[in-house]
Amino acid sequence: MTNEIIDGIIKAFQLLFSFDPTLYSIVFRSLYVSGLATAMATLWSLPIAVVLGLKNIPGKRFIRASFNAFLGIPTVVLGLILFLLLSRSGPLGMFGLLFTPLAISIGQAILITPIIVSFITSAIESIDLELRELARTLGSTEIQASTAILQEAAGGVTLAIIAAFNRAFSELGVAMMLGGNIYGLTRLLTTAIALETARGEIAFSIALGVILVSIVYTLSIILNYLRRS
Amino acid sequence: MPVLQEVHDIEKSFGPIKALRDVNLKIVRGKITALLGPSGSGKTTLLRILAGLESPTKGTILYENSLITNSNRNLLRQKATMVFQKSVFFDTTVFKNVAYGLKLREYSKKEIKDKVREVLELVRLKGYEKRRAKKLSGGEQQRVSLARALVLNTELLLLDEPTVNIDPKNVSIIEETILRVNREYKTTIALATHNMFQAEAISERVALLLEGTVRQVGTNQEIFGASNRYLASFARLENVFSGISKINKADTSIIDVGQNLKIEASFRRSGETTIYVRPEDIIVSTNPLSSSARNVFKGKIVSVSDFESVVKLRVDAGKEFVVKITKRSFVEMRLNVGSPVFLTFKASSVHLI
Repeated sequence: MTNEIIDGIIKAFQLLFSFDPTLYSIVFRSLYVSGLATAMATLWSLPIAVVLGLKNIPGKRFIRASFNAFLGIPTVVLGLILFLLLSRSGPLGMFGLLFTPLAISIGQAILITPIIVSFITSAIESIDLELRELARTLGSTEIQASTAILQEAAGGVTLAIIAAFNRAFSELGVAMMLGGNIYGLTRLLTTAIALETARGEIAFSIALGVILVSIVYTLSIILNYLRRS
Repeated sequence: MPVLQEVHDIEKSFGPIKALRDVNLKIVRGKITALLGPSGSGKTTLLRILAGLESPTKGTILYENSLITNSNRNLLRQKATMVFQKSVFFDTTVFKNVAYGLKLREYSKKEIKDKVREVLELVRLKGYEKRRAKKLSGGEQQRVSLARALVLNTELLLLDEPTVNIDPKNVSIIEETILRVNREYKTTIALATHNMFQAEAISERVALLLEGTVRQVGTNQEIFGASNRYLASFARLENVFSGISKINKADTSIIDVGQNLKIEASFRRSGETTIYVRPEDIIVSTNPLSSSARNVFKGKIVSVSDFESVVKLRVDAGKEFVVKITKRSFVEMRLNVGSPVFLTFKASSVHLI
């Protein structure tokens, strides 16, 4: 096994520097699918987080608790629910989304929504609420005041988005159930690792794993650096 | 008197707590009005209502004779700016903090740069543009807060205890700036303070707030010129002593306030008297001072409260005195609870109420 691990790491670097088109198509597809998922989730999570962070709406504690609870939803369960919804006989079957990259993006976006909502809400709540009053007394509208708070919470917002992207990029259940792991169409890094391992191609799996972890790590470092600067 | 803003029968409740009740007040255009009252009297809530940050539970607000409602409260926030007691900053430079309101009003970059430079000069913070606002001292932060409001040149400036807990040098810069802005730009100012001397020194009109209601409104002369039971009840908080006063041979008065404590005052009065000494006017020393001051008492520090650059001491000298000294003096004199100290103040620092 030790030899296989070392072989796998060596193979990972060989694959990386051989510019293997199959590998790179998987990497870019994974980045695209999870990037799209993060963008979609951010789009709808941000207003929810702003409302939860700034307003005292009825049922706020329950809503927050629900989002926190969904942080740990098993990806296969979510994948199963979405599979049933998107399959031809399901209520959303007419869109023909099942086994497409978009289906995976939608599934991942739903999966990471609780992460973005919970993290950004906490980041906003940690900002001195008098800052909003300050923005208002200096003449800002409610939207401008909320924007000012979001800017102050930029560090927390960035972290939420990084964490959400990493979760989407690394998850398997949704990608497998909604994408089907179709070669050249919906095969991602995680589904490819699962497949190669099942086929006994341990070295190739390790190579893909090294690439996956490297990407997650590098992106986190870059974004953290950007946030600090 | 041209009235800029007026409130009628204002009531404000927070749950079961009534912060304001039956408040009637007129803010006269071009004048400085002090909202004078102790902590918890409703000054901040009233200022927030005047600033359009809070809506009253009951009552009406008129700004330039126009009724202010929830639908046009934004308008009020364009005309009036409030400076909070606690300095709040965007986590960025002094320049960006001061420029925030100007950017909202869509001034050009050059205009913003010029206006920020001008206002920082006014509050004597020239060259502070690139400093991080949150890293400044308490007094400097309060001056940046003031600059951020002044730069907008709004008709009404609302200041909530702008000099509380800051050192005397910054207090005088802020007070001078407030007076200058009112004089030169005719800005109408409402200033919430618990310091009756500040109210007397700065404002032209005073509204006395006690327990959530305006007890008395008038000119400085009307409020401070005569014996005033509301003022006396408000001032009962710190360094207020009552006793029998006798005129002595030196043509000053000696007030026996009990516990063998006799305070000499420069006024002439005999009979039952209530006096007040500003905490800032009392000198603290570890040895008796040889000076012209007529009142020297030995005491012991019983409590210490820290407010950034200023330290508030309670000293038991038979009666309890409240004294304010800078943190630097406190550290250099190595004072602490239980330290024996001498309190020294002039006969002219004893005020009659």
